[in-house]
Amino acid sequence: MTSLKTSTSFPSRIDRVLAWALRGAGVLAGSLAFMLVAFIAMESLPILAAIGPFRFFTDPSWHPLQDRFNLLPMLAGTLFVATGAVILAAPLGVLSALFCRYYAPAPMAVAYRRLVELLAGIPSVVYGLWGLVVLVPLLGRIQPPGQSLLAGILILALMILPTIALLADSGIANVPRDHILAGASLGMTRWGLIRRIVLPSARPGIIAGIILGAGRALGETMAVLMVAGNVVQVPTGFFDPVRTLTANIALEMAYAMDGHRSALFMGGLLLALLTIALVAASHRFGKGPAFA
Amino acid sequence: MKRLQWAFTLAILSMAAGCSQSGERNGESPGKLVITGSSTVAPVVGEIARRFESLHPGVRIDVQTGGSSRGMADCRQGLSDIGMVSRDLKENEGDLIPYALARDGITLITHRDNPTGDLTDAQVKAAFSGAVTNWSELGGPDLPITVINKAEGRSTLELFLSHFKLASTDVKAHVIIGDNEQGIKSVAGIPGAVGYVSIGAAEYAMGREAAIRSLALNGIVPTLTGVGDGSFPLSRTLNLVVKSSPQGLLKEFLEFAQSEKVHDLLENFHLLPITD
Repeated sequence: MTSLKTSTSFPSRIDRVLAWALRGAGVLAGSLAFMLVAFIAMESLPILAAIGPFRFFTDPSWHPLQDRFNLLPMLAGTLFVATGAVILAAPLGVLSALFCRYYAPAPMAVAYRRLVELLAGIPSVVYGLWGLVVLVPLLGRIQPPGQSLLAGILILALMILPTIALLADSGIANVPRDHILAGASLGMTRWGLIRRIVLPSARPGIIAGIILGAGRALGETMAVLMVAGNVVQVPTGFFDPVRTLTANIALEMAYAMDGHRSALFMGGLLLALLTIALVAASHRFGKGPAFA
Repeated sequence: MKRLQWAFTLAILSMAAGCSQSGERNGESPGKLVITGSSTVAPVVGEIARRFESLHPGVRIDVQTGGSSRGMADCRQGLSDIGMVSRDLKENEGDLIPYALARDGITLITHRDNPTGDLTDAQVKAAFSGAVTNWSELGGPDLPITVINKAEGRSTLELFLSHFKLASTDVKAHVIIGDNEQGIKSVAGIPGAVGYVSIGAAEYAMGREAAIRSLALNGIVPTLTGVGDGSFPLSRTLNLVVKSSPQGLLKEFLEFAQSEKVHDLLENFHLLPITD
């Protein structure tokens, strides 16, 4: 009788306490996200009020100590690096998940999945350090200095690959077995099954992985800072150094004051807007299986 | 019930808003010092202040950055007790009393395999402004020069630019770095690189077999001793300044900051303690 009391659906005290605790947690999380964006916006307000929103895109260069605040090269840098990394990592991640689920022998699949999970857990600064002492000198042999857009893309692709692979993998694992059996009984080939049944119904998981990966790529700071060269310019080739918005903040915030500091927060606001756009896009494209 | 939920939500939000506004400074208490100024000096003074606080319970020391000029202005106007200034005082600044805290120097570094041993001021200026783009023009091998510069606002950049009379817009950098450690790793990875880092950091790295070498400037080899006695040109004194002859707690703190008890902290920041 007493044990029933806590688990029947009849509203009891424990339910009410739980409901309020959950509401509290929800409000806390929601207001934290809201306050964070509000704080960034407030910190960038002084510079916005002083020079307006357009000079961030029309000023001749980024020399904040000399009142030049062009953020466009950094915005381009962030977009190029993140897009390049996603273009490289997304197909690889999906292929890796397919290999793991449909082609690898069982023991190898398990070992392989553990390996990918391990990759996902390595801190970004370690990737950065590896990039700086191994990858950059290699690229530098092709064309100095080696610290470049390409180095940034490669490091980021390596970092987001495990995220995409793991989420694609669990998306594929959740494809209803009935669908696959039905397909197989119709005499579909393995590739036919994958292409016509597995990939379409795993689409939400795959898209979620790509969005998460893209989000990580947009926000990644240390690894990119260490390998991308950080010169403020719109790159014209893969071997040109670039600076991302995040690297800009990390490099200059410690020493920035007044307008300079505020302009860095403006960069942060741009990043926040990019992330919001990304989340919105994921809601638009990430829904349900294509054939459902 | 619905109304209660809203009240709850509002209560949390207003509490959060309240938190963000309560950062105002309290009134002056006898056990409190305010130090403002140079962002080069602030990190180490922050550490010194923490140690001083732990030795003197009840004392609060507030260290804020804002640049050398603000440090002096605040001190003159009585907004702070001590100003931090990352250079020697000029003649027309005699109204402030300087207490030398440490000396700081930077050295040009290049890859270990680069045989170039010495550069003049004019050569450094030419390389960093992009007028010269190959080591062969500086008496070295046929190798493109990769200029490694520091990010805007860094104190080493400030000292470098003021010594070579360059504006930060003049520098044509190929790579921009943050701290000394990243500078050393970058130079070690690029055969044609030239960059500059704090002398202390360079000596430490070379002691640990990093693939870099330090370049002499106008024939003067950069050493910590040269920084100490001022004979190496790319160096400066970091000062704490006060408005009038210090008394009580202020005097005690200045004596502590100049004593041997903080030398280990200075060395952590690659600064040279002043011993005389």
